[in-house]
Amino acid sequence: MTTYYSEEHEWISTEGETGTIGITEYAQNALGDIVFVEVPEVGNNYDKGDEIAVVESVKAASEIYTPVGGEVVAINENLESDPALVNAHPETDGWFYKISLSDKDELDELMDAAAYKAYIDGLE
Amino acid sequence: MMNKQGRPTDINTAANLSPGGVTTHTGNRGLEQDELLIYEIGDTQRTGVDLEDLPVFESRLGGITRDNEIGLAGLSEPEVMRHYTRLSRKNYAIDMGLYPLGSCTMKHNPRINEKVARLPGLADIHPLQPISTVQGALDLMDRLAHWLKTLTGMPAVAMSPKAGAHGELCGLMAIRSALDKRGENRTIVLAPESAHGTNPATAALCGYKVKSIPANKAGRVDLPALKAALGPDVAAIMLTNPNTCGLFERDIIEIADAVHAAGGYFYCDGANFNAIVGKVRPGDLGVDAMHINLHKTFSTPHGGGGPGAGPVVLSEALAPFAPVPYVIHGKDGFEMVEHVTGGAESFGRMTAFHGQMGMNIRALAFMMSHGSDGLARVAEDSVLNANYVMASLQDIMTLSFEGPCMHECLFDDRFLEGTGVTTLDFAKAMIDEGYHPMTMYFPLVVNGAMLIEPTESESKQSVDQFIGALRHLVTQAKLGNSALFTGAPYLAPLKRLDETLAARNPVLRWRKTD
Repeated sequence: MTTYYSEEHEWISTEGETGTIGITEYAQNALGDIVFVEVPEVGNNYDKGDEIAVVESVKAASEIYTPVGGEVVAINENLESDPALVNAHPETDGWFYKISLSDKDELDELMDAAAYKAYIDGLE
Repeated sequence: MMNKQGRPTDINTAANLSPGGVTTHTGNRGLEQDELLIYEIGDTQRTGVDLEDLPVFESRLGGITRDNEIGLAGLSEPEVMRHYTRLSRKNYAIDMGLYPLGSCTMKHNPRINEKVARLPGLADIHPLQPISTVQGALDLMDRLAHWLKTLTGMPAVAMSPKAGAHGELCGLMAIRSALDKRGENRTIVLAPESAHGTNPATAALCGYKVKSIPANKAGRVDLPALKAALGPDVAAIMLTNPNTCGLFERDIIEIADAVHAAGGYFYCDGANFNAIVGKVRPGDLGVDAMHINLHKTFSTPHGGGGPGAGPVVLSEALAPFAPVPYVIHGKDGFEMVEHVTGGAESFGRMTAFHGQMGMNIRALAFMMSHGSDGLARVAEDSVLNANYVMASLQDIMTLSFEGPCMHECLFDDRFLEGTGVTTLDFAKAMIDEGYHPMTMYFPLVVNGAMLIEPTESESKQSVDQFIGALRHLVTQAKLGNSALFTGAPYLAPLKRLDETLAARNPVLRWRKTD
């Protein structure tokens, strides 16, 4: 299992051909208390960079752009009743959706944990 | 006391910090009275009206007769009066004080507008009356249309859109119609990062993909990035000028030329027209379509006081696609064009009738009572007031972009760094000082935004008092008095409400409990 990060503060952790995607600790902290998450429907196909989900916090509503393309194979149904999961455990229980990767090469354009840490340090 | 929804309704619970430690038996604070829900006040045994007993009759409802109580609250007339009067006293309104909501333009609604709108010949007419009996109203719409076109330097105006976002929809539908006629399938609309949220929403509703254009360090559209984004796929750009950082987009003519050269149209969000009315004509800047928020620039009531109104001015290229209905000069007076006939290219109809007539009346009254010199002063004074606020606070608050600004000034939360006070806390403390907070956390291009728009309504004395209150709060935050902020408001009827809980578990319905 390997975890990659995007400049838009999403993480994707891959296992074989499937990636699990959510937003990072940095993102949940910047958004503040999250009150609503709209996740995609299972079976829909997306290209890398497509708008795939919406996160609404007390501060703002933000679109989530998928860091990789493919078919959505699972969604985190717990987020509907408990969006606070994203604040509490953004990089584990607060995952958004799982996607069947259409092109594994797309992962190469993302950052690893060390590069992402350097990236957010540069934003401070 | 908590009410049945678990909401604190009495002041002792809601504001457990009471000045002087005084608590009261009733929960009232002096003449600031607590207010329950109307269902909690009334009961089914009381009534304010005297109805005769029903005569004996035979029901024809068969088996569907209601057999449980409706449970409507009964109240006496004085109870009803007091309930709504007390609620109205809890409201904060432009008629009570400075209301510095940036990008919302909460300015005074002159009472002459209200007087004119209540003239029986205007207030008591119906949109389905015969045209011959409403010639005065059509004359008024025609005059307002004339002045909107004159002030913007545009050849056509669609009067029917009912609010700013509805106007955006009208403008984008005209653009879409023009592109369809050209046989071009352009799929992208460009919008700057700082755009009003309605801009991308409108574009998406019209079937376009939205591409965001970054801002440069000066808080304006990054021109090279914009030019790089242009191409044969771009239908339009949606740009607010002055923008939501309160800055004039100096490159606007170059932007318009570049968009036109790429075959796209220029939609200008006219929400901030109040900063340039009488000074700049958007038609001279290359704009193809722009809505005008009558409820902002032309002072018609809004924010709960009345509906919006968003007429859209259109360029020569888009004018043929304007929606019906519209007023024309016929041989026997004014006529309405109600249908798209023959070879007409109008994209159709957006509203049942002719727009917000009551707002049209008030807007024309505002224009005519000000005159052209007065409208220019509106822009000058709103810009002057905002710059005065900016200049008076920039030594202790952090200005996001270098001034001068237009009608609003933008600060961010860097000045609060290390104080433990957030933009939200700061805004709540302003309530204790007697002010409606400024717009917070918008635009999104800076952290913890505070967008202040004093408008031209305020005197120097009023703005000075506001500046004094803000300087006091900034000083307290920097002295480490964070408790003044984190628990604020202390003096409002209710204390800090749990916004997160309210959003996650909204209680939208009263339920009777036994």
